Formats: sequence, structure tokens, C-alpha cells
Amino acid sequence: MSNNTEKQEYTITVYTENQVGLLNRIAIIFSRRKINVESLNTSPSEVPGIHRFTIVVMESREVVLKIVRQIEKQVEVLKAYFNTNDEIVWQELALYKVLSDEITEKVKVERLLREFGARAVAIRKDFIVFETTGHREETNKLMEALAPFGLVEFVRSARVAIIKESAGFHEKLKDFEEREPGEEVIENEYLGKREAVFTM
Amino acid sequence: MEQQQLTGSQAVLEACIAEGVDTIFGYPGGAIMPIYDALYDYKEKLNHILVRHEQGGIHAGQGYARSSGKVGVVFATSGPGATNLVTGLADAMIDSTPLVCITGQVFAHLLGTDAFQETDVINITMPVTKWNFQITDAEEIPAVLAKAFYLARSGRPGPVLIDISKNAQLQKFNYPGYTPCNHIRSYRPKPVIRKEFIDEAVELINNAKKPLVIFGQGVILGKAEKEFKKFIEKSGMPAAWTILGLSALPTDHPQNVGMLGMHGNYGPNVLTNECDVLIAVGMRFDDRVTGRLDKYAKQAKIIHLDIDPSEIDKNVKATVGVWGDCKETLPLLTLGIEQKDRSEWLAVFAEYAQQEYDQCIQPEMYPSSDEMSMAEVIRNINEITKGNAIMVTDVGQHQMVTCRYAKFNDSRSNITSGGLGTMGFGLPAAIGAKFGAQDRTVIGIIGDGGFQMTLQELGTIMQTGVDVKIVILNNQFLGMVRQWQDLFNEKRYSFVDIQSPDYIMLAKSYGIDGCKVEDRKNLVGAVQTMLAHKGSYLLEVMVGKENNVFPMVPQGCSVSEIRLK
Repeated sequence: MSNNTEKQEYTITVYTENQVGLLNRIAIIFSRRKINVESLNTSPSEVPGIHRFTIVVMESREVVLKIVRQIEKQVEVLKAYFNTNDEIVWQELALYKVLSDEITEKVKVERLLREFGARAVAIRKDFIVFETTGHREETNKLMEALAPFGLVEFVRSARVAIIKESAGFHEKLKDFEEREPGEEVIENEYLGKREAVFTM
Repeated sequence: MEQQQLTGSQAVLEACIAEGVDTIFGYPGGAIMPIYDALYDYKEKLNHILVRHEQGGIHAGQGYARSSGKVGVVFATSGPGATNLVTGLADAMIDSTPLVCITGQVFAHLLGTDAFQETDVINITMPVTKWNFQITDAEEIPAVLAKAFYLARSGRPGPVLIDISKNAQLQKFNYPGYTPCNHIRSYRPKPVIRKEFIDEAVELINNAKKPLVIFGQGVILGKAEKEFKKFIEKSGMPAAWTILGLSALPTDHPQNVGMLGMHGNYGPNVLTNECDVLIAVGMRFDDRVTGRLDKYAKQAKIIHLDIDPSEIDKNVKATVGVWGDCKETLPLLTLGIEQKDRSEWLAVFAEYAQQEYDQCIQPEMYPSSDEMSMAEVIRNINEITKGNAIMVTDVGQHQMVTCRYAKFNDSRSNITSGGLGTMGFGLPAAIGAKFGAQDRTVIGIIGDGGFQMTLQELGTIMQTGVDVKIVILNNQFLGMVRQWQDLFNEKRYSFVDIQSPDYIMLAKSYGIDGCKVEDRKNLVGAVQTMLAHKGSYLLEVMVGKENNVFPMVPQGCSVSEIRLK
């Protein structure tokens, strides 16, 4: 168990209703405390009609725990989890635009792209767009390597993450729809093990 | 079955009636005109109070909610009408006051065009509402309003704002009738009570030698005053309160050991750092209560009862967190705890109380100087009301003095702006409190600074004839800031010297009788006259200019470093 006050990357996963304005309600929980959001992704979840936020912050466990409770308190939020990097599987996607001349003329570039497992998603006479997925360090490395060869544009997506231990949200949602919550809903709430609070 | 056709505006008013609303505080304007037009036909069923400023309206709504235990309802127009609600929303949010505020909005097709009196009220009020929602189609009105009332009053209560575009107010639709809301799948008003934590708490209490109970507004909001009394009486524990918890337990109860925090009583502050188990009931460990956090109750095991899971471990780490509605959790604890005589421990509080009385309270209540003190005014009021009045305060020295010295027999009798500390709260909240408890005497104790922030509401008193007793404790200063400048800024009295108008003449111009007291010999008579007066009355008392409120826990100090002088 890591130190409560030591900062590290946490991935916060939030299951919500699909409601206008909820993004803002969640965002102000961070901005009010002057916490920078490193990455934010919203997408549909495994359950139809339920949205899933994936938020990455660099913070201490103590702060993240309080934030997660504030998020969960929002009316349209069903459940919020937070995990350290070793508890999740995650990816980010990056796109690189490189001039075609550079690629065709310099063998080194081609080798680089092969080495990083990059895939061409658009090939034109003037430029080529490559794509890689991976952790930030991996996509960064390719960006740095391409820089001397005229990297025209670079963009990277937010983190998407799967919680290793999660059984998904289908069963939990059924409980939320009940008036009296079952054990599933409250599995995070003080089960006698303080350390287990809000982790899965 | 033929469905009834209603306009959106009518549906709003039908929702209010179905929710048992009897009083609405509001102010009309362009974007809410359709609702006001509909209200014209509902005058028999809904008592609309025309305030003089939307901030006055929302504070009145808060006063109403706090005295009645019902949801306060406020109407305002778009733009400036809506932004004028913001201070009251923030106040209601931090003090967990149930409100439903309805604001008008420009036509839906004009949203985002900088239309006349358009403001993005949803985003402006997002951090200061429990929930808010914009309606652009009348069909949404019944369900959204049902949700609004449910959210405002359930769980940890709070303010809800519903913004309704003008087209939706005008739109006719097939009214399906009103169905109250009692379940939202993504919202859990009450956390599940876990038996193991009840058991752990019971064990801690039973093994405690020196337990101290500290209680907040949660007891009042949970309507758990009886349950709370049984709980402390069974095991003879001393109980101290936060200013929002005040009046949940009668002030003369033998186990009531007084007020916590910065200007609280000597005993409960010092002994917080000596008790072995601290039992916090429906309170949130505000910094004005805890003082320096790293020196707060470090020796004690802490049991924290709260309905809001995010409060547990937020400021003070709990040994046992008892999540749940205290109306349900307190009886479970009472069942398990042993009957105990703790008179020895209570006697320690009595010793501190005696010291405080001799050094602080007695000289304040019975001053030897010619200058009148705020405390003696409160003492005079107590002697006549016998603790049966509702006391509404503004913010500052007079607020601390009133909370320290006012007597209360019944719950929901102390109404003040606690968390936000909103100057200007007092007068409108007193008006609202009277509408919420018409059979009770309502006394607003207000400073000369705060009164001047919302004195336009004298117009509301004039027009409605509501019976509110107003006491202005005039020290010709912004007293609390002056006190800090005195103690911590070498008496550099920077912009705290505030002048007042002739309040008696001012009241008179609104048709309100009044009297100014500058000499002690007239005080008793003036208080008697005020309380015997039929209708509103304004009493101005000139009090000592540079009196400070003590005891005091200076900011950044531990509660045990409380100063009597």
C-alpha cells in the first residue's frame, strides 16, 4: 500500500447518466481544488445509456479519495472508482503526420516506424499519417524520434482504461434501479476493511 | 380519459401545490412573466410574497425553510434576477437548506445569443446547487419539478435551481397530472447503515471514561431531536453544539455544555482535547469549530455520524464512521449503550463554565461600565421570551453573542448564516422565518453593518404586514473585522468605521414603529414595548463601540488555546 500523501497517477472511472452539464459538474470538482486533469475521456460504457468517464490525475491517495466521494455525491453519478496504474490496463492513441518525401527518402524513418509498430492510416502524395497506441512514454518516444524528420503534426487521445478486477456494471445497475440497494451497490462502503474503501 | 391542457406556467404552480407549498418568495421580470400571469389565478392557493430584491427573496426562502422544516420556494427572472440568487444559493448549499428556486429564462431559440437579460444561470449556479436543470419544453415540467422537490429535501438537503425558458412557460401541453418523485437510480439519499460500525461505536462509547458528544444541524435536519436527547441521556454524556446545531437540545438541559468553536464556550473547547471519545453527530468539522486541525482531538477516538458519506474523513479522520440518517442510527446506538452516571466528568465542564462565567460571561451580561453590551440586550430578551422565540441573526459579533447567550427551548429556533457567513442574511431570513412559523415570535438580531446590506426588505414588511421584531445592535463599526484588526493588526482600523442612517426614521418611513435606546435605564422597557407591540417593530440599541467577543480561539490556534481575554 503506497503512502497516502505521496502523489502518483490515479485513474478515476465514473459511471453516469447521460445528462447535459454533467461534464461541467464533474470538472468543477477538480478546478475548485486547483487540481489539473491530466487526461479526460467520456464514452458510452458497457451498459446502454450509461456513460463512462475516465479521468487521470496526478495526486495523493488522500486527495483522490475525497474527490471521488464528491464525484459520487453528484445526483447523476452512479458510481466512481479510482485505481493506480498497476490495477488497470490502459491505452492512449497517437497520430503523427509526416511529409511523404521524408519517409521515402530516409530509410531510417521507415525503420523507426516499424520499430514502434506504427500503422499508416492515411497515405497521400504529400504526407502520411501514422498511428500508434500505447502508454504515454511509448507514444512520446516515437514523437521525439520523428521530430528531426519533420513531424508536421502530433496529437494524442485521452487515456482509456479497463479495471482489471472489475466485473462490469450490468449487475450493479440492476441494484441501483432497486429502491433498497443490495450488497453490490455498497461493496465499496466500509466493509470493515478501511483500506478497501472505494477500491475494487 | 380526456387529458387536461395546461400551460407550462400552470404546471409549475400545480407542482408547488401538490408539494404542499403555501408560500413563495419572489420578484417578477420579463422572462418569468408567464408564471406570474398564471400566479394571478392562484392567489387563493399560493401566498406570493413580493420582496424588494432577489437576494432578499432567497434569504427569506431560507428563513422559511429553517423555521418550518419545509422546502423554501423562490421565483426570480432571468439575468440579474437569477444572478442575485447566487449568494443565497451558496449560503443554502453550505448550510444544507432545502430550496427550490425557479428562474425564468429567455426563449429557447435565443439561448446563447446574448439575448436581453440572458445569463447562463445553469453554469453560474452549478457549484452552489445540489442539482440544477434547464427546461425548454413544458412536457418536462411535472417530472423535473417532482425531482427538484425530492432532491431539495431528501438526504442531505440543499438548494435546487430550475431554469425555465419563456417558451416552455407559455407552451400548452397535455398535463398528465403530478406524480411525486421518491427514487432516482443514480441518487442514494441515505447510505446503508452497517451494523458492524454501530457495534464498534457502541463499544467505544461503553468503554469511554470521558466521552464528549458534539452535534450539528444534522440533528435538526434529520428531525432527530428526540432520538438525540434519548441517546445522550441514557449514558449521561455531555453534549456541545455547533451554531447550526443550536436549539436541537434545549439550552438549559443539564447535559448541554455549550457552544463549540472560535467564540464557543471554554469547557467544550478545552475538553475536546481531553475527552477520550468524541462523538460527532450531523456536523462537518468546520474550521471555525476545529481550530488548528493537527492539534484537534488527537488523543480521542472519533465516532462520526453523518448522512453524507463525503463528510466522513473529510476534515477529521474518524475511528468509526457511522453512515446514515441520524434519526435511524441514533436509536441503534442508544439501544446498545449502557446507562452510566458521568457526573464527575460533567463536573469538569461545570468548573470551566464557572471560570468562564466569572471572567467573561458575568461582566458581559451585567457590565459595570455605562456602555451597554450586546450580551445584556440578549439577556433582557431572554428574560421576557423565556427561550420561546425564534432568534434570527445576521453575521458578526452580534451573531456570536446571540448564539452564546440566547436561550432556546425548542428546535428550529436559531436561524443564522453559518457556513457562508452572509452579511445581509438576517432581515430577510427573519421575514421568511415568520412566514414559516406564524404562531411564534420572531426576533431578528442584526448588526449595523449587515442591516444596511438588505434593509430594502423593510418594504416587504410594510407591504405584507408580517410581524418581525428587529433589534439592531449598533456599535458604529463593522465590529468583527474591527475586533480582528484590534487583536491582530495593531488596531489599524481599516474601513470598519461605518455610519448609519437614522434607523428609527427609516423604519417610520416604512410605517414600522421603533425606538432607539442609548441609556441602560431605558433598555428593559424598550424590549418589553417591542415584544408587546402588535406588528413589526425596530429597536436600535447603541452598544459599546470597541467591545470584543470572548472567549476566542485565534485563527491557526488549537481549541485548547482558547483565550478568555
